[in-house]
Amino acid sequence: MEYITPLWPAYPELFLLVMAGLILILDLFISDDHRVFTYALTQFTLLGCAALTFLTSNAEPIYTFNGMFVDDLMADVLKLLTCVVVIAVLAYSRAYVSARGMFRGEFFTLTLFATLGMMVMISANHLLTLYMGLELLSLCLYAMVALQRDSLQSTEAAMKYFVLGALASGMLLYGMSMIYGATGSLEITEIAQRAADGDYLSAVMVFGLVFVVAGLGFKLGAVPFHMWVPDIYQGAPTAVTLLIGSAPKFAAFAIVMRLLAQALGDDILVDQWRQMLLIMAVLSMAIGNLTAIMQTNLKRMLAYSAISHMGFMLLGVLSGTTEGYGSSMFYVVVYVLMSLGAFGVILLLSRDGFEAENLDDYKGLNQRNPWYAFLMLLVMFSMAGVPPMVGFYAKLLVLQSVVEIGLWWLAVIAVIFSLVGAFYYLRIVKLMYFDEPQTQVVLKPTFEVRALLSVNGLAMLILGIAPQPLMVFCIEAVRASI
Amino acid sequence: MLPSTFQSLLFYVFSAILIFAALRVITAQNPVHAALFLVLAFCTSAGIWIQLEAEFLGIALVLVYVGAVMVLFLFVVMMLDINLLKLREGFWSHLPMGALVAFLLVSEMALILSGSYFDLLAMPKPDAAPVGYSNTKELGRLLYTDYVYPFELAAVILLVAIVAAIALTLRRRKHAKSIDPAWQAGVRKEDRVRVVTMPSEVEQPSALVTTEAEQKTAEVRP
Repeated sequence: MEYITPLWPAYPELFLLVMAGLILILDLFISDDHRVFTYALTQFTLLGCAALTFLTSNAEPIYTFNGMFVDDLMADVLKLLTCVVVIAVLAYSRAYVSARGMFRGEFFTLTLFATLGMMVMISANHLLTLYMGLELLSLCLYAMVALQRDSLQSTEAAMKYFVLGALASGMLLYGMSMIYGATGSLEITEIAQRAADGDYLSAVMVFGLVFVVAGLGFKLGAVPFHMWVPDIYQGAPTAVTLLIGSAPKFAAFAIVMRLLAQALGDDILVDQWRQMLLIMAVLSMAIGNLTAIMQTNLKRMLAYSAISHMGFMLLGVLSGTTEGYGSSMFYVVVYVLMSLGAFGVILLLSRDGFEAENLDDYKGLNQRNPWYAFLMLLVMFSMAGVPPMVGFYAKLLVLQSVVEIGLWWLAVIAVIFSLVGAFYYLRIVKLMYFDEPQTQVVLKPTFEVRALLSVNGLAMLILGIAPQPLMVFCIEAVRASI
Repeated sequence: MLPSTFQSLLFYVFSAILIFAALRVITAQNPVHAALFLVLAFCTSAGIWIQLEAEFLGIALVLVYVGAVMVLFLFVVMMLDINLLKLREGFWSHLPMGALVAFLLVSEMALILSGSYFDLLAMPKPDAAPVGYSNTKELGRLLYTDYVYPFELAAVILLVAIVAAIALTLRRRKHAKSIDPAWQAGVRKEDRVRVVTMPSEVEQPSALVTTEAEQKTAEVRP
């Protein structure tokens, strides 16, 4: 039994797994008319998981499962946020999903298993478990993209996602095997120890590092490994796009931290991967922002915007300092909230048989639904980085961490590209407020969605007015863990 | 380098067969032949594994891959009518580019890996296992103790694979001609034969007559 003690740090994951299995079986006995029961049970599971994560949180890192699982403050915060974000994702997508015949048990169980995969990735302290979590997450997402079987577009997107995802996993695995060859260990704390002692084969380590960074680049969707992002964002059903574009970013950030900052965080190695991240960050900001301008499809535009935001996030990571990592974490949290809000509005506007994904569909939204237009305005301002919104502070913090290590030119480039990016975010605001509406359909969402979306949108403003607590909290969480 | 012991001779023989079989898998014209060469490749790599004293893995490879996976694969290949000519289209035009990329990748890797990093000095040969050492037992012990967490995760991944496969393939088609045995067994007399009561009909002489000749005779008869 000593191999699985203490067990309590893994209670959230265990609860999630048991409940996912239970829902899988219970759903068989539920007819289509009572599918709401499955939905409620799923939401209850995620709430319970969030509560358990909160109850089992602790400041000091605790290792269990023979050193393969770590429960530290960063993991607790990210897991809690993941659960909350998935709850919001399911609430936003409920109407959309049931209008398209996807309101089935599989949708919910796959979402729960994907959440489990993210949580496993976040708490991984071993390259093997990290990879397992990644595969669990990816497998669920591939299937969910293809869930709308009769849509040619989503089948194609699923195929592309599957092939490129498998390629990225291969890269990551190859890099991991090289790191194992160089250090003789798969455990992240052990690798870090060997790296600090200089007890490794330098050339093999760097060789593995290159593959690991390439694999991570794929998973983050950073240029030059970004080709899958626009096609999958556009092709997948919007509810699934929302899931792909939100919570998994926490998990991706977590594995970047575990692999680069923890395992390979030695100063000599940081210099090696900083170069690669530098190129990836600059290219992501450039190509993401420039290509987004030309898009007429909002989902595709947000995909390019995701690429550019990942570039910004990498700025914090490449600084290699605890403050830098903390600012990246703050950036990811803010970005996920923004993307949740933006896709939430898209889902809200979509009706049975109608996808509100073209920019023209947003013309004159202010005349139809002033409140939702205002919420979208808050989200867009935040994405563009307009001062009172929280997006501004997120950008400011990562730029600060880059300036602190003396890369002034990089900060200047980042500011220029974020100005370029402001154009296409503000274009949406212009369409909503200054153009004539094309339809007169007035939206009547449920109370649940109205409340959540309002909280989501207003959070941009409130967090922007008082960004200090969250900012400090993120930096403290990273400091306690790395 | 000449093989010095019987063991290394075996290794070279197995490796040669393995490389030949692997090449034939991708060059064979007939998909059934390709699948059979893959079986050969699996069997020889099982031999190499047994030489490395990984008996359990070797036997599992034969049992699982040759016994189950490849047989299924052969069934699929035989049942599907795959047009190979269409698949092979453009092979030669893509070959130079592909070969160049492959060559660069292999040579880059060889440059780094052919150093002294993984030779016998850096990675010495492990000591021989003691008498009575059981590979299978040791693997089982590791799986259920040290590696119990990834082992359980692998089980969850397989469960997800099942759920995903069913979610993507199972759907009720409107015109599917499937049979439900339970429904069949519960058949009642009324479902099979329907007794209809209707008044008996008397044959009308002129009703069935169609040809002109018969019509004439019918006119003549009275």
